[in-house]
This record gives sequence, C-alpha cells and structure tokens, in this order.
Amino acid sequence: MNENKAIIDGQDLTMIYQMGKIEVRALNGASIQVKEGEFVAIMGPSGSGKSTLMNILGCLMSPTSGKYFLDGEDVSSLNKVELARIRNQKLGFIFQNYNLLARTPALENVILPLFYNQTSLLLDDEQREKAVRVLEAVGLSDRIHHEPQELSGGQQQRVSIARALVNDPVMVLADEPTGNLDSKSGKEIMELLKDLHREGKTIVMVTHDPNIAAYTDRTIHLLDGKVHREVMNGKGGS
Amino acid sequence: MKPIKVIRIAWLALMKNKIRSLLTMLGIIIGVSAVIIMIAISAGTERSIQEAITGLGSNLIYVQASMGSARMGPGQSQSSSGGLVYEDAFAIADQINGVAGVVVEQSSTQNIKAGNISLESIMIMGTTADFPSVRDMGIASGRYFTKYEIDRTTPIAVLGSSLADELFGDQDPFGQTIIVGDNVRLTVVGVFEEKGMVGEVDYDSRLYTPITIVLEKMTDNLLSKFKGDKVRLIYVEVDETVGVEGERTLEDVIYQIELLLARRHDVTLEEPDFMITTQQDIITTRESTTAAFRSLLAWVAGVSLIVGGIGIMNIMLVSVTERTREIGIRQSVGATPNDIRWQFLTEALLLSLIGGLIGVVAGIVGSWVFGQVSGMRTVIVASSVLMAFGSAATVGVFFGYYPANQAAQLDPIEALRYE
Repeated sequence: MNENKAIIDGQDLTMIYQMGKIEVRALNGASIQVKEGEFVAIMGPSGSGKSTLMNILGCLMSPTSGKYFLDGEDVSSLNKVELARIRNQKLGFIFQNYNLLARTPALENVILPLFYNQTSLLLDDEQREKAVRVLEAVGLSDRIHHEPQELSGGQQQRVSIARALVNDPVMVLADEPTGNLDSKSGKEIMELLKDLHREGKTIVMVTHDPNIAAYTDRTIHLLDGKVHREVMNGKGGS
Repeated sequence: MKPIKVIRIAWLALMKNKIRSLLTMLGIIIGVSAVIIMIAISAGTERSIQEAITGLGSNLIYVQASMGSARMGPGQSQSSSGGLVYEDAFAIADQINGVAGVVVEQSSTQNIKAGNISLESIMIMGTTADFPSVRDMGIASGRYFTKYEIDRTTPIAVLGSSLADELFGDQDPFGQTIIVGDNVRLTVVGVFEEKGMVGEVDYDSRLYTPITIVLEKMTDNLLSKFKGDKVRLIYVEVDETVGVEGERTLEDVIYQIELLLARRHDVTLEEPDFMITTQQDIITTRESTTAAFRSLLAWVAGVSLIVGGIGIMNIMLVSVTERTREIGIRQSVGATPNDIRWQFLTEALLLSLIGGLIGVVAGIVGSWVFGQVSGMRTVIVASSVLMAFGSAATVGVFFGYYPANQAAQLDPIEALRYE
C-alpha cells in the first residue's frame, strides 16, 4: 500500500451494552485502520461485533471507550448534532435493504443528503443538477423520476449508491450491499463499487460472503469483538 | 435548512396522505368555524338588543300589569286588582312630576282592506298622542293624531311606510279609507317615515290608530264598561331633568308612580298588581343573558378546538411511529434532531393553519347561511376570526410539539432497524 493518509483510525474500540443486569461486550478493544483510497471488507460470524463496528464507523453511535479518528477528526466523543453533521458531510451509506424513502422519486432520494448539508453553497437548481449527474453516473439516467416501488432491487441499490455519493464523502460504508440481490444484480453492484474504488473512493463494506469480499483489497476478520486477522486479497490492486 | 424547504417537505408528506390529512384537519376546521359562527350569533343578538334600545328612545319606564296570582296569598280576594287600565296612563301624565310623555299601546291583529287590496294579519297599534316622540318616530307626510281625536275615538289611521306602499303604491294615501276587520272604517291622515327593523320589530308594516279605536271597536271586553279599559303596558317617558344633580331621581319618579297606582288600584305596595321596570333593567337583564350565552358558546367552541388539537396530536404520533424508518433514513444522511423536530412540527402547524384557514372560510359562510336559515341575526366579528385562527395555530404548535420531539429523540440505529 502507498503512503496515503488514514481515513479511519480506530484505536482500541470498545462497546458495552447493558442488557438488564447482563453486560454485553459487542466490541472488545478492536483497532482498525483504513487508508484513503482503500477498498476494505469486514467479515465475521454473527455476534462477532461487525454490525456494532459498522455503526461506530458510520458515526451512528459513539464507542464506550477507545478513540475513533475519521479523516483526522476525533469523532469518538461528539454529540448527536455533530455526529449528524459528520454523517452528512463525510460519509455515504449503502444498506442491504436500500433504505430509500418510499413513494419518493429517485431524484428526491438522492437530493436528501444535500438538503441536510448546512455548508453546501449549492442553489436548488445546482443541487438538482448534481443529483442528476450522480444518478447518470450509476447508470439510472432513464429512471430519475421513478419511485422505489417502480424499480428493481439492483436499480434501487444504484439509487442508494447515488445518494451515498452526492455529498462527496471521504468514505462510503456498505452494509451487505448485495444481500437482497440476485447474483447477476449483485455482481453489477460490486462492479459499480469497484469502479468507484478505481476512481479513488474509500469504501468499507461489511459482508459474510467470501466471494463478495474477494472484490476488495483487504479483508478484516472479526471474532469476539476483536480483529482476528487481516488478509490482503491481492487482486484489487490500485 | 431553509424554512421554505422544510415547509415543502412537510407539504409533500401531507399530500401523500390526503384523506388522512383532511380528516385530521376536520377537528380544527370545525373548531375554528364554530368559534366564528358562535361569536357571530352572539354579536348579532347583542347588536339587535342595542338597536332595540336606541330605537326605543331613552329614559323609558315600563309599567306592566302583573296579573299573576303568585303574589296573592291564600284567601285574598283578587276582585280589587283589575290590573292596569287606560285611565291610569292619564293619571300618571297629570299627577306625576318629571314625566315628559305617556304612551299606552294596545294592539290587535286584523285583516285590512283598501280599495281592491286586502292584507291579512296586520298589526293594528292603538296608541296615544305622545307615541311619535316617545318612540322617536317621524312623520313623512300628513300628520299624527291628537289627544282630542283620541278622546273622541276618531276613526283615523297613520300608516307605517312599507304598509302605505303595499296598500297604495304611488297613490297619495292621504284621505283614503281603510276597512279594518269587518266594519271599522279608518281614514288615513298620515304616513310615518321609514324606521326599519328595530330589534325584531318591524315598525313600518303596522297601522297606527287612536287607542280608543282599538279598545272600543276591536276588543270585546264587557268588564271594561264598568272598570275601564284594561291595558297591558304603559310607557312613561321621564323628562330630561330627571337624574340630573339636585333634581329628582328616576327612583323618586318610580316611587311616585307606585304610590299613585297603588292608591288607584286599592292595593298595597307590598302586593302590587303592577310591575315597574326601567329601560336600564331590561338592558341589564338582556346583557347578562347574552354574556352568559356568549361565554357558554366560547367554551363549547374552545373545547372543540382542543379536541381538534388532540386529533392532530394523535395522528402525528401515529405518523411518527409509522415513519420511524423514514426518520432513521433522514438521520443516517445527516438530519439533526432539530431538523426532524422542525419537520414534524411544521407538518402539525401546516395541518392546523390550513385547517384554520378552511375553518375561517367555513365560519364566515356558515354564519351567513345560519343567519339566512334561522332568521337570527349574525355579525361576523373580525377579532373573532383572528382569535380563532390564532388559537388554531397555537393548538398546532402545542399539540404538535410532543410528537415532533418524540421523533427527534429517536435513535438512528433503532429507527433504521424498525420494520
């Protein structure tokens, strides 16, 4: 790997849930680094803490202890409002079930992150143009005004990828992006992610499927809330 | 986030559930229109009372016969109490100081005929000479009748303006003959100026004639031959000096009248057969009635607004639960708790403002329709429109805040996981 700066620098991340009287350690001192431009997969059996790690990396929650630097900024102790700002400006999410707003056209779904971007200087028309450009880039130029229920699973996932990209995030987080897709659509989505990676995007993906993980540069295996081992996949090369 | 965008988002959300939004607004619509209509009704009633009062002329004392036996103890003879008689009016006019005029009215409803025009159920007002001054009625043409003519039971009539039009149209009514009932022939000597409706009384559609005509020709009462003609009501107008500093007071005049009538009727002041009220008494009674009426209406309307607000809160709570996933999605792309709070608060506010606006229109139209249908007078009060609309907005904020806050405090992870 080259000397790119770290986008993710998670040090000794611990997450403890209190379930009644029982303490559950979902993460138990996991440390993880991802450099700019990397395409990384996180794998692990259920209960290994990968969802929790994903939620922390996605700034949807703060770790119980440990430090998390995202793009050089310490985000491990930010409040709800600041976390929302980070999610908006630095992150793009891709979910297994797409999570698009129902009965809302693709274009409106893609504009959504721009809508909550307080620092964006784009005018309404410019936002619209940008959303259209991103939708075109993911190959949906003819589906801009379709609502999610009128689109196939693969197309819906493309809309959500467009939404993840529209604010030019420093990192895209994908949670089982092909989990709900047939193998053909899944492959298309992975090719799309690979294209993004080639263009320089940093992508972190959670999956349980080794074939999907094989698209990435590096696979991080979690076990019992810790990083168990890391494997270079070799063929992703930048 | 720009307000206009928040409003647009809220609007789109409401439009996705048009029927539900409309039903939610219904409570506010009913509440707001109820406030406006009810205030319009009570304001109309008040206006009618005010006009009736100013229309009657001021400084009036009403002397009424009280025939009820309520005041009569057991074993007491009622023979001595004949109620008011026509002659009482003259006694009051002649013997009481501070009296400017006395009017006695006795009415009778009759069919009348003039030439080939017949009218049914016309109010025939038998009155006395002071009537025009006490009631502020002006003569448009001809003249009014005199005390001399009343004493002589002269068969003459003065017409209300609209009655004159109906009977004679463009013709000059002066000197024409009107047949009242079967055989009473009256000669028209004058026409009153137009007075319009005073309260619920139409003075213009009546025929005015000396009271002696009504008493002798249109009322059959054998007793009157012996005890004098009974009348229901005597109006006494006190003169302007009454109540002025250093002069006799209204109470003095009333007391004098009471003494006089008690003596004439041979009753005691403790158990009179008549009742004296002043114009002020009547105003006070009616005002307190309308005030009670108005506050009752305001309560009913206020309660319906609150019910409307609870309806909004209910739907917003359902909406927040139903849209938990949407909230999670918005949070994941960077919506802050405040953004979410504003979105739902704006929805509640839009519901109540649009509902309020429809309610204002419905209230104004409803007041008018109600007035037309019921015949009651309605006056739309601008302040009531503002107040109702303002309350609707307040209700929206008040009942919208709790659900909006619930939405804002959702945990993004939980919300995204919500099925």
